[in-house]
Amino acid sequence: MFPGAFWLVVFFALPLLVIFVISFMARDELGSPVPPFSLDNYQQAFDSLYLNLFLFSLWISLLTTVVTLLISFPVALYIARSPKRWRNILIFLVMIPFWTNFLVRTYALQFLMRANGPINTLLQGLGVIQEPISMLSTPVAVLIGLVYGELPFMILPLYASLEKFDWAMFEAAQDLGADMRRAFLRVMLPMTMPGVLAGSILVFVPSVGSYITVELMGGGKINMIGRVIASQFGVASNWPFGSAISLLLMVVVTIAALVYFRVGRGERMAL
Amino acid sequence: MDGASTPLHAKPDVEDSALANDFAVELRDVVKLYGEVAAVDHVTMFIRHNEFFSLLGPSGCGKTTSLRMIAGFERPTSGVIAIDNKLMGATPPFRRDVNTVFQSYALFPHMTVEQNVAFGLQMKGINKDETKRRTQEALELVRLPQLAGRYPKQMSGGQQQRVALARALVNRPKVLLLDEPLGALDLKLRKEMQIELKTLQHQVGITFIYVTHDQEEALTMSDRIAIMSRGKALQIGSPLEIYERPNCRFVADFIGETNFLDGKVIEVRGDFATLELPSGQTFVGRVSEGVRAGAHATLSVRPEKMQLLENASSTAANTYQVTVFSIAYVGSDTRVIINLGAQRIDVWEQNSSSTLNPDDYFFKPGENAWLTFKPENALVLAG
Repeated sequence: MFPGAFWLVVFFALPLLVIFVISFMARDELGSPVPPFSLDNYQQAFDSLYLNLFLFSLWISLLTTVVTLLISFPVALYIARSPKRWRNILIFLVMIPFWTNFLVRTYALQFLMRANGPINTLLQGLGVIQEPISMLSTPVAVLIGLVYGELPFMILPLYASLEKFDWAMFEAAQDLGADMRRAFLRVMLPMTMPGVLAGSILVFVPSVGSYITVELMGGGKINMIGRVIASQFGVASNWPFGSAISLLLMVVVTIAALVYFRVGRGERMAL
Repeated sequence: MDGASTPLHAKPDVEDSALANDFAVELRDVVKLYGEVAAVDHVTMFIRHNEFFSLLGPSGCGKTTSLRMIAGFERPTSGVIAIDNKLMGATPPFRRDVNTVFQSYALFPHMTVEQNVAFGLQMKGINKDETKRRTQEALELVRLPQLAGRYPKQMSGGQQQRVALARALVNRPKVLLLDEPLGALDLKLRKEMQIELKTLQHQVGITFIYVTHDQEEALTMSDRIAIMSRGKALQIGSPLEIYERPNCRFVADFIGETNFLDGKVIEVRGDFATLELPSGQTFVGRVSEGVRAGAHATLSVRPEKMQLLENASSTAANTYQVTVFSIAYVGSDTRVIINLGAQRIDVWEQNSSSTLNPDDYFFKPGENAWLTFKPENALVLAG
C-alpha cells in the first residue's frame, strides 16, 4: 500500500497541486508565476475564443473516435474470424507501427499528403488532377492524423471482445429471423460493447489534448486546446494561464470518462 | 427402405410415392466438400411431416453438417435441399421457416428469458400484445413461466435448454432442428428430457429433425432414424427396421449388440441364405441386399435372439453344441459367453424366474450346452 501511495503522491498529486496553485497566479515578463492570486486566468479561459477552441477540440475528438471505431470494427472482426494460426501474425502487424516512434509516423503521414508528396504526384501523373490538392493544414488532415495514430488503441480492445464472442449467437440470431444488419445491432454489438467502450475511451481522451498531430498535420493553421496549452508553456510564455486551461481540460475529460463508464456499467451488468 | 444411399435414378418405395413430393424436408444427392474431404457424400433423404426423424452416427459422420445445411448455415457443394416443397438454393437462414436448438443453447446473455423467447417474433414484426401472449404460451409449454425475468446465466443447464426450446418453438416453424440438445445434461435429466421432447413433438405437431450420437436416445424418441457414417446415409428406417433388419455390417454393429460370424455363402434359397464357416459349420439366416452364392458374407445374430439348452436336436438348423466360457448376471438378464470352436458368441437370456438357487440357474463356465436360434432371427449380410 505504502509504495503505491508514495508513487501516486510524488508523481501525480504533487505536480497536480503545483499546477493548481499556479493557475491562480499572475505572470511576470518571463511568463513565470508570481502573486497576486486571482481568478483572472479562469475568466480568460471562458472567453469565447478559448471556449470555441475547447468545443472544436471535443468535436474533432468525437469524430476521431467514431471514424476510428468504424474502421477498427471490421478489421478486428476479420482478425477474430481468421484461422487461429493467422491471428497472432495479424495482431502483430497491427502492433508494429505502434512500436515505431510516433513523431516519425506522423511526419511520414504528413509527407504522404504534401502538395509535392507521393499521393499528389501519382494523381497528377495519372491525369486525375491538374493541380496538386492541398490536403494538409485542414481539420480533415488533423482528423486523418489522429485516426491513424489511434487505430491500434481501438483495434486491440475490439479484438479482445470479438475473440471471445461466441459465433453461435450470431447464427442463433439469424436462425430466428434476423438479417445480418439486425443480428449485428441486436446481438453482436451489445455483446461486444465492453470492447467498444474501452477502445472509445482510449481514443477520445488522448485526442482531446492532442498536440503533435495537430501541429504537424494542421501546419499551424488549425488550433486545438492541446496546442494552446503547449504554447502557453512555450512561445506565449504564460504558465499560469496554461495551468488554468490544463486543469479545465482535465475536468472536461474526467466528465467524459465518467459518462462512458456509467453507460458501460449498465451494459456490463446485463452480460 | 427409402432413400438410403440409393443412386439418383432409384425411386423411393411405394409408401413414399403415395405422399409423392409432399415431404417436410428433402435432401437429394447432397454433397458438402471441405477441400478434398466430403463431409456429406451424396445423401438423399425424405423427411415426412410431423415425424420425429433422427440423424444418428459417430462423430464426423456428417449429421451435424447435414443439419446445418437444412438450417442454411452451410451451402451444399452440390445437390438440392427443399423445405416444405420450396427449393432452398441460396436462401439464408433468416428466410427459412426452420428453427434450431443449438448444442450450446446460444441464449443471448444480454437479454432476459422473456426477451430471448420473444426475439424471433420481434424479427417477424409481430405486434406487442401478440408477442407477449405467445411468449407466455411458449414458456408455459416448457414449464418455465416464472423465470421470464431471469438472465440465462442465472439458470441451470436444464432450464437453459428449455428456454432454447421455447425460443425456437414460439415461432411455429415448419421444422425444428435439434443439434444434440441433451448432450450437456446429466443422465437422469437427459432421460426426463427425452420423454418431454417426444411428448412436446406430439403436442405441437411439427417435424423434428434430431441429431445425436446416442443410439438409445435415437431408438427411444424417433419415428425414423437415418444412420450415417463417413458422410453417407447407410440406412433409413424405423427403429424396429434398423434394429431387426440392418442392411450392412456397420449398422448391425452400431445399433445394439450383435454377433458376427464370417464365412462363405453356399446357398441362397428364397428369403434365406446358408453360410458356411471356415470350421465347416453352417448357419441359415435371412438374406440381405447384395448377398450372392459363392461370395463372402457375414451372419449377424443378436444375443437376445439365441437360446442355450441342455438338449437339442443336432439336425435342426443353427443348432450346435458349445462350451460355456463365462456368465455375467446383470439382474434383468444373464449374459453368457460361449465358445463355438474358436468363435466367441454372446448370448443373453432373460431372467424370467426369480429363483434364488444358483444351481437352478443357467450353465456354469466349462459346462456344455446347446446353442440354437431361428433362421428368421439372423441376417446374412454382404461382406
